[in-house]
Amino acid sequence: MDVLDTLLLSRIQFAANISFHILFPTITIALGWVLLFFRLRFAATGDDKWMAAYRFWVKVFALSFAMGVVSGITMSFQFGTNWPGFMETVGNIAGPLLAYEVLTAFFLEAAFVGIMLFGFSRVPAWLHITATALVAFGTLLSTFWIIVLNSWMHTPQGFEMIDGVAHATSWSEIIFNPSMPYRFAHMVLASFLTVSFLVAGVSAFRWILGDRSRDVRATLKTGVAMAALLIPIQILAGDMHGLNTLEHQPQKVAAMEGNWDTGPNVPLLLFALPDEAARENRFEIGIPNGASLILKHHADGVVPGLNDFVAEDGTPLHPPVSPVFWSFRVMVGTGFAMLALSWSAAFLMWRRRDRHEGRIKGHWMAVEGLPKPLIWALVPMALSGWVATLAGWYTTEIGRQPWLVQGVMTTDMAVADVPAPMVMGTLVGYLAVYAALLIAYVGVIAYLARKAARGADDPANDMTHSGKAQVAALNPAE
Amino acid sequence: MLPDFSNPADWLPWAFASLMGLSILVYVVLDGFDLGVGILFPLAEPHEQDRMIGSIGPFWDANETWLVLAVGLLLVAFPTAHGIILSTLYLPVFAMLIGLIARGVAFEFRAKARTRHKALWNRLFFAGSLVTALAQGFMLGLYVMGLEQTAQTYLFAALTAVFLTVGYAFIGATWLILKTSDALQLKAVQWARQSLWAVIAGIGAISLATPLVSARIFDKWFTFPEVLWLLLLPLLSGGLVLMLWRLLRRMPLPSDRLSWLPFAISSGLFATAYLGLAYSFYPYVVPDRLTIYEAAAAPESLLIILIGACFVVPTIIAYSILAYVIFRGKATELRYE
Repeated sequence: MDVLDTLLLSRIQFAANISFHILFPTITIALGWVLLFFRLRFAATGDDKWMAAYRFWVKVFALSFAMGVVSGITMSFQFGTNWPGFMETVGNIAGPLLAYEVLTAFFLEAAFVGIMLFGFSRVPAWLHITATALVAFGTLLSTFWIIVLNSWMHTPQGFEMIDGVAHATSWSEIIFNPSMPYRFAHMVLASFLTVSFLVAGVSAFRWILGDRSRDVRATLKTGVAMAALLIPIQILAGDMHGLNTLEHQPQKVAAMEGNWDTGPNVPLLLFALPDEAARENRFEIGIPNGASLILKHHADGVVPGLNDFVAEDGTPLHPPVSPVFWSFRVMVGTGFAMLALSWSAAFLMWRRRDRHEGRIKGHWMAVEGLPKPLIWALVPMALSGWVATLAGWYTTEIGRQPWLVQGVMTTDMAVADVPAPMVMGTLVGYLAVYAALLIAYVGVIAYLARKAARGADDPANDMTHSGKAQVAALNPAE
Repeated sequence: MLPDFSNPADWLPWAFASLMGLSILVYVVLDGFDLGVGILFPLAEPHEQDRMIGSIGPFWDANETWLVLAVGLLLVAFPTAHGIILSTLYLPVFAMLIGLIARGVAFEFRAKARTRHKALWNRLFFAGSLVTALAQGFMLGLYVMGLEQTAQTYLFAALTAVFLTVGYAFIGATWLILKTSDALQLKAVQWARQSLWAVIAGIGAISLATPLVSARIFDKWFTFPEVLWLLLLPLLSGGLVLMLWRLLRRMPLPSDRLSWLPFAISSGLFATAYLGLAYSFYPYVVPDRLTIYEAAAAPESLLIILIGACFVVPTIIAYSILAYVIFRGKATELRYE
């Protein structure tokens, strides 16, 4: 019983640590590329609004990068303090992959982030652009390695077990394991969507504060356009990832659908309260044949059920149903909210194109097209990417249980024999610190936005980068 | 001490142990001085505090990457040892991590926050530095005691926690002698004189305790003829301490002569003590329980990591040197943006 408590608490602690950590890479992975876009637009057009956008968002990048590093240090200790069995069993495979993730991150941090953050006026333009590009590329490469490791834990191959320890037999099989391409695409798109809504939301916040500068228009439009473009691709990628999971981890899909018995004509449940003791759902509301249609593309497609994954002695070999079932719905629901908001915002801005901003040619969207409620809705949606990403990770990671590495080792085999009260104590400590840091992080971004909005209102401000916007705002008929 | 270079199962663990050992030493000296500056923080006037922050500002971030590198190497190259050591040191590791987080965050926020919040961030910066140093000293003590957990070993670890903390304050003070001038430099000389005892006591206590705890380590040090050249280590330490003591009595010298020397000698002293410790424990990574060969990951996996490390470690070294060259000279108040 004692070990079970330690196991559960250690799992919650690891989840808390990695949930907090993932928030910041989710931003930096895509924000690096968005910054490169701003930087290249500035180089191509010489328009100061792109540089103003770069300057604002590079601060958010710096802050997120620092938070990512700090929480990453904690992660590297967690393996040893709470999960020694993991590296003891699969260290030969996880080690090199983790090493490459950290080394890539370091390589960048050491060489290029400094130039990217502080080098604009100190190095030639080409070097600044190159540094920005390398940071963006390197963050993506770092993501690749950690996704390889995570995917391998879901769909392991290319190894053999010798005396209970995994040894690599083929690195190409390990790296290109079956779920890796889907997971990588899904995560990278998630990161870009998170940044799209963050950029759009913070820009909308500045707009509400009265900021009518040209850079805030540019970033608001960039954010909305990027979101509208990517969300259908993400829905497609998510669907393909789901089909891949159906093939390799059917028990996870069964939990996502809340389906107990294998069979045809399975409904798509919109609401249900899965009851694991009774092994049935209560209060089901569903679309008939929905799950069969999505997963098998015809109404009488056979969908696997949870009851197929029970050991002879009755212990379930499938994940806990409710958390997987509900996180999946939160993720999909957030995704469709993103779709609705970004498409309507993009459409309304497109309809009012060329009627504002002094009829400047080539403006294919106008922020004035947005009705007030929609601008207000964009502000809380700034964090929607975080919600969807976390819900998605909970779906896939809780969905992997009881396995730590699918078919190789279960989670309870890896946990450290640390007394439960001790884990409880450190867990409370981490949670308190992370809550404080999260408040500080969001507070600083809001503060930066308010400062930028105030700067744009100030007539004494640098005329070259907000002066024209001032004139445009004062004389909309011009 | 040298491995068989024709056998990967022999030289790879050795190479990773060397690399990890080097990372820990570099970390202790570099983050040691900036943690020390944090520990000395409340002793200075508010305007001097900004100067102190300025003296470590461009470096502390890079200094901490050596800790990540060391722990990362332990994790990927000696996975079994990583598990045993860190789950044994569960609470001090937690304390250290919270300290490091508090300190890093306070560093960023004290410059950006409103004036009325600055005092709070300053306190957090000091507290974070202190907790980090104490936790590291405690872990060092427990490690020397062979990771045994009894009342006696805890007492010893508590002692080394104090010694290492004051030792960090000492190397921090010598850093300030190098990076500051005038009244603050005078204070730094005072601080260095007052904290030198802890360095001597710390090195002495660990040197005495290590061979007493383990018969294996005792034999390693006190067999003829090795004992003759091993004697060089304590002699060298003694010489360095003597030089420091005499130098600090006369500092600061006219026209700031030799202001770099105390820091250089202190680094040498830390390195000597560390070498002695490394000699005692080699080839064990978990004291008297697990050697680097038993704890190492498979040679094929280590080779793959080594290729990556060959690119990255030189880059980190080059970048660090560059940063120290660019920001050489006396510290100014640090400006953001």
